[in-house]
Amino acid sequence: MKYLRQFSIILLISLVGEALHSLIPLPVPASIYGLAILFIALASGVLSLDKVKETGYFLIEVMPLMFIPAAVGLLGAYHVLMPVLLPYAVITLVSTLLVMLVAGRVTQFMTGEEAKE
Amino acid sequence: MSEFMQNSVFWGVAISFVSYGIGMMLQRKFRMAIFNPLLISVILIMLFLTISGTDYRVYQEGADVISYFLTPATVCLAIPLYEQIELLKKNFKAIMIGILSGVLTSLVSVLAMSVFFGLNHKEYTTLLPKSITTAIGMGVSEELGGYVTLTVAIIIITGILGSILAEAACKVFHITEPIAKGVAIGTASHAIGTSKAMEMGETEGAISGLSIAVAGLLTVAGASVFACFL
Repeated sequence: MKYLRQFSIILLISLVGEALHSLIPLPVPASIYGLAILFIALASGVLSLDKVKETGYFLIEVMPLMFIPAAVGLLGAYHVLMPVLLPYAVITLVSTLLVMLVAGRVTQFMTGEEAKE
Repeated sequence: MSEFMQNSVFWGVAISFVSYGIGMMLQRKFRMAIFNPLLISVILIMLFLTISGTDYRVYQEGADVISYFLTPATVCLAIPLYEQIELLKKNFKAIMIGILSGVLTSLVSVLAMSVFFGLNHKEYTTLLPKSITTAIGMGVSEELGGYVTLTVAIIIITGILGSILAEAACKVFHITEPIAKGVAIGTASHAIGTSKAMEMGETEGAISGLSIAVAGLLTVAGASVFACFL
């Protein structure tokens, strides 16, 4: 029963997120509204952690699996990808590494600065 | 066999789970980042489809039910974030500036290299949302006139790449702070990278999860400006 209740709460929040997504004309997906709602509910004490924790962590743990169908869909993008394969491969690899480098170093520098204050 | 698969309710989900399981087994055995369970499962399924001569859409029809859980799972990223709320409050400014710098790096580097390779506007805007979560990235690509299917493909490849490279990149770039690791991974490689960050530690995972949302929203605004540059 516990897991059923936890999963119901998570699904209801997702549903509210979906409703907000269809009502508000912003490019914010349902999942981000839902994430904000759940965070606010937890932080304000409306919802206690044990109402969602186990099922929530289970869903997070299996999240990579949920990308499999879309990733296999690459087979359908094959003919569009082939002509630009080389530039796309280089850009994707280099920019992903650069983002990690800059975002990580800047954050590290900033947390160091804050600790000094 | 193809006909059986078209009518079968379970095979799409079953083959996804089994191939992912094989991926996890290989990862445990070899302990190398390249044995990424998601990557292995996708390759195994692609091989299976090619060898058996099955259209990938037949597979997707059966397996799509797994994708439906992506929204609830993303919602749940609020849980680790809440568990790290003290850390978040204390380092809020650093985290936000870190994510913003990452988003700008992504946009600037994609622009610079697109100019270098002589890509056209459509090819360029397809790449702009490459580091953010699929749900937001698809919308951005569509809005700016990119190839949406290709954007989804690039986003997923970026995620897999990020999760494979995360540990090595943090080491080489001397990113040692858990918060900084979380920002780096989440900003560069969204939800797929975040799964890796979760394995690395609670703080890394929580902050990486936050970065998905913040980087996604910043990119919506940033990409619409950057789309005018090429």
